[in-house]
Amino acid sequence: MRHLLSTKDLGRAEAIQILDIAEDMADVQNREVKKLPTLRGKTVVNLFFEDSTRTRISFEAAAKRLSADVINFSAKGSSVSKGESLKDTAQTLAAMGADGVVIRHSASGAPQVLAQSDWIDAGVVNAGDGTHEHPTQALLDAFTMRRRLFPGDSRGRGLDGVSVVIVGDILHSRVARSNLWLLGTLGATVTFVAPATLVPVGADTWPVDLSFDLDATLALMQPDVVMMLRIQSERMNAAYFPSAREYGRQWGLDDERLARLRPDSIVMHPGPMNRGLEISAGAADSAQSTVLEQVANGVSIRMAVLYLLLSGEREALS
Amino acid sequence: MSESSYLLKGATLPNGQAADILIQDGRITSTAPGSSAPSGAVVVDAAGLVALPGLVDLHTHLREPGFEQSETVLTGTRAAAAGGFTSVFAMANTMPVSDTAGVVEQVQSLGDAAGYATVRPIGAVTVGLAGERLSEIGAMAQSRAAVRVFSDDGKCVHDSLLMRRALEYVKTFDGVIAQHAQDPRLTENAQMNEGALSSELGLKGWPAVAEESIIARDVLLAEHVGARLHICHLSTAGSVDVVRWAKARGIPVTAEATPHHLLLTEDLIRSYDARYKVNPPLRRDEDVQALRAGVADGTIDIVATDHAPHPRESKESEWDAASFGMVGLESALPVVQTALVDTGLLGWDDVARVLSTTPARIGRLNGHTHSFEEGAPANLTLVDPADRSTFTLDRLAGKSQNTPFEGVTLAGRVRWTFHHGFPTLRDGELASIEEAAAHARHLAREGVPAHG
Repeated sequence: MRHLLSTKDLGRAEAIQILDIAEDMADVQNREVKKLPTLRGKTVVNLFFEDSTRTRISFEAAAKRLSADVINFSAKGSSVSKGESLKDTAQTLAAMGADGVVIRHSASGAPQVLAQSDWIDAGVVNAGDGTHEHPTQALLDAFTMRRRLFPGDSRGRGLDGVSVVIVGDILHSRVARSNLWLLGTLGATVTFVAPATLVPVGADTWPVDLSFDLDATLALMQPDVVMMLRIQSERMNAAYFPSAREYGRQWGLDDERLARLRPDSIVMHPGPMNRGLEISAGAADSAQSTVLEQVANGVSIRMAVLYLLLSGEREALS
Repeated sequence: MSESSYLLKGATLPNGQAADILIQDGRITSTAPGSSAPSGAVVVDAAGLVALPGLVDLHTHLREPGFEQSETVLTGTRAAAAGGFTSVFAMANTMPVSDTAGVVEQVQSLGDAAGYATVRPIGAVTVGLAGERLSEIGAMAQSRAAVRVFSDDGKCVHDSLLMRRALEYVKTFDGVIAQHAQDPRLTENAQMNEGALSSELGLKGWPAVAEESIIARDVLLAEHVGARLHICHLSTAGSVDVVRWAKARGIPVTAEATPHHLLLTEDLIRSYDARYKVNPPLRRDEDVQALRAGVADGTIDIVATDHAPHPRESKESEWDAASFGMVGLESALPVVQTALVDTGLLGWDDVARVLSTTPARIGRLNGHTHSFEEGAPANLTLVDPADRSTFTLDRLAGKSQNTPFEGVTLAGRVRWTFHHGFPTLRDGELASIEEAAAHARHLAREGVPAHG
């Protein structure tokens, strides 16, 4: 693998390979010494044009546990905020000898532009670009599902026949997009539930079932997985929905809806959560919730991705 | 040079007739086959070449004053000559905005001095393109630049009352409002055509309805006040339907399409390559086909380039940060041949209509008869329709290189361009700046009207 830019262009074998390597990485996390020497001497730059402490420290932990040197480049307060272009930033990092660039950007496609350019030769990992994709989030979500649904028997398999309901602001969610493509590749079926204002135009042509009615969907699907997306309160001002109360009543996972789920179904959230809005405290803290597992699994997935991109075998594995 | 005589031997006129075109003292003096060259005349072997009346672009951004790093009147008219154009209408979104007699006269003077093409400034409809109050349309109309086309292009005159008043007011001066149809609220921060692809790519959508709803409103306003209306760069199938309906109703509306909207689709944006970022955005293949059909049946009156130069750094960036726009003067005729002629939708007489005579009429370009009648000003272009070649950056003559056609195989190539008898382009080579300037001085001495 040369870069990881999206899940849309990940093949099934490639995706399962990443998940399986992440299993190995997770095993390492249970050892007393968590560190591997694999990327010793390599430099990974976390290039964050958008604030995201959670994703950045997850990548940082992943790179450090592989013994890479990590440079954190935050756009805030740097030359970028003074108008430096992506090109100049990239060329600067290239001159410093970055082997891998983990990029988070508010503009969709920025990681692809970086990867296609001749500004820098490093492997590029998309850590979330605009409303386009967040591939490592989808990979860690799939990893979490696989481990929960097939305990002790997760290696080597996809998610065939698994039903996943993703609820919330699909329109602005790169997590929803990356999950849709990856889960489909792995054999799962996906349903999006959202108010019509938050369903992307043209989503009816995507391999997904669309619903406006959470209760009906949960009753009909009895899904294996319910994934709640963060809702941003500023969407109210742009007339996507009238109020937080109305949103929570129609599309929130409250205690009552939680009680109607199958006892073995799991509740996911990419975080950070708005407790009481899209998810109740009861649902977030229930035994069915995987929220903290997702965080732990994120480090394993990102270790696997950095390993595939930056270890000596990266070309052979592509 | 301007006094020189030229005999273009063996050319084919737009109507298919063979002609030997004799140019003397800036005018066409004969098109009869078999003409012999007067002594001293330059004989051009035009066998296999189609002679078109000099092309007229109703929609060019020359960027001067204010954005000279992108283009100047001189470099933009060199690009025009390279593309076969003898007249260009320069859009008003300069800095300062072309909203006063002083600025439009400055643009006019720069064009007159350069000598590569007739430059006709477009005046802003509203002060500073701000959409709040009318600019001094009368002063611009009565200035030396004699402005007849008014546009806030880049911005839409979206206030309904202001648009109504503008349509009414320009009637006084036989002017026309050229509307950039874009509902601003529906397109806030919009990046590309809204649809399944924009949703997948995570780029904010520019919905077709934002264009179509403004056009629908404006044709009804034009009908109500009995004013001429011109719609810039139609980009959607729905827009073609609305204009077709308006014309059937007898509303005096004219419409244009750009070469890029006639050939390219949104699928190119999968690369996130900002060369494909343009406003209005590239649309679906259905829209491209509808625009072609619209040009073919006359719903769309003209093809205009929306030549929009930008420096490299404006395109070498992430998509959202890049500027909108493409250069188009040098590639326009090959794209029209590729999209419309070679597909059987237009003949060369239609090309002459959509790229020369009709834009000249809409813009009230006087003194350019755009015919091959004896005595007509020798504004014409010779194109080699048999050429098939990959479009390369070295075919660009302007200051900027933001073409979406690099690497695309296009049909047809402009060989010669004559502006008032002066060859601005000679077998693919531009006249030197000094020669063109000398031609310009000659025209001034002869009293050829600057805007004619």
